[in-house]
Amino acid sequence: MAGAREIRTKIRSVQNTRKVTRALEMVSASKIRKAQDLMKASRPYARLMRQVIGHIAHANVEYRHPFLVEREAVRRVGYVIVSTDRGLCGGLNSNLFRKLLAEMREWQAKGVEIDVVAIGQKATQFFKRLKVNMIGSATHLGERPKVEQLIGVIKVMLDAYNDGRVDRVFLCFNDFVNTMTQKPHVEALLPLSAAAAEMASAGPSEINWPAPALSAKRDHDWDYIYEPDAETVLDHVLQRYIESLVYQAVLENLASEHAARMVAMKSASDNATKLIDTLTLIYNKARQAAITQEISEIVSGAAAV
Amino acid sequence: MASTIRCDIVSAEAEIFHGDAQMVVATGEMGELGIAPRHAPLITRLKPGQVRVILENGEEQFFYVSGGILEVQPQVVTVLADTAIRAADLDEAAAKRAKEDAERALADRSDAMEIAEAQAKLAEAVAQLQALERLRRSLKH
Repeated sequence: MAGAREIRTKIRSVQNTRKVTRALEMVSASKIRKAQDLMKASRPYARLMRQVIGHIAHANVEYRHPFLVEREAVRRVGYVIVSTDRGLCGGLNSNLFRKLLAEMREWQAKGVEIDVVAIGQKATQFFKRLKVNMIGSATHLGERPKVEQLIGVIKVMLDAYNDGRVDRVFLCFNDFVNTMTQKPHVEALLPLSAAAAEMASAGPSEINWPAPALSAKRDHDWDYIYEPDAETVLDHVLQRYIESLVYQAVLENLASEHAARMVAMKSASDNATKLIDTLTLIYNKARQAAITQEISEIVSGAAAV
Repeated sequence: MASTIRCDIVSAEAEIFHGDAQMVVATGEMGELGIAPRHAPLITRLKPGQVRVILENGEEQFFYVSGGILEVQPQVVTVLADTAIRAADLDEAAAKRAKEDAERALADRSDAMEIAEAQAKLAEAVAQLQALERLRRSLKH
């Protein structure tokens, strides 16, 4: 019974693998909750920010901010790509990258060049191999990403936009739909369309309080008192808005990462269980065959005597 | 009628306060601001400092913000607080770091991808050596 021993070793190794995947699955399951809590906690800021921008869009703003102006000629586009730091999360990153590559190829076909800012180890590695122009990267954000960690990369992209080096900026991340579904998502970040901001502020968001006074106010012309002046305030508001959008994308992606890892690890554990069952069956058969053979040998030996 | 004003204080990472207030006092860029109900629409940057909220029952609550934006509507005050100390040169430094990270990642030859590649090449070389060894031995016999 030479085979039996090998099969037993194999079974043990699969069992060890299953232990690891089980543990990873459970760790991810608990981290999803935390990531979702973070996502929820960051929502009020973005919602209020959108309202403020909606108000600015409604108000008589004498100053047109470059972030709000659509540029006609697009010669170069920027991508802010949010990925995970670690692997073992199913097809999460590769789905996102595949979608991105298709888009990038379209731009390149039109003769538009591409700048990339990568957030997360996976995107950094991927776009390094691809030899695209990577102008900024942020990795190792951890389980509780901070806005501070993102300021740098965002500023790189905003500076490029302000200097006219890129004419459009897109934000790519995995949208957390629910635990089973994460959708790769590419959205336009700059220029901010005022219409989108308005729609978002007027749309059915989870507003805690109804705002009766605001809707009445919209009918007639009004403007803010700006301190010190509209330009500085708008600069500030829009920069923070972009930062909050990217921050939220990072959180969405974090939740997606854990969800995808949990699902991937669950199916890995299930597969390991199936494999162990099959191997056990083979092992038992081999053992039975060996016993039968021994008996028949003994019997035939006894018969020969 | 409205003797209170709604007050929201949020940062990008968490909701800090929401509720009704008699008055909200904050340090704007141009100086101290006291916002009472039915204040004219106003928007300003905040300096690092305290935001004082006087609640309906006269109780006061203090919040420290390291900068941010204050938006005032007649019935609503919104404080969008920064989570970090921000200054132009600090932002500049962060941007520089991000660029350097990217450059380092591009220059770094030792990421996981390349280790795997090198290992594959090593395995191939070992296999070739073994094949050669076997060939040599079979020729000797």
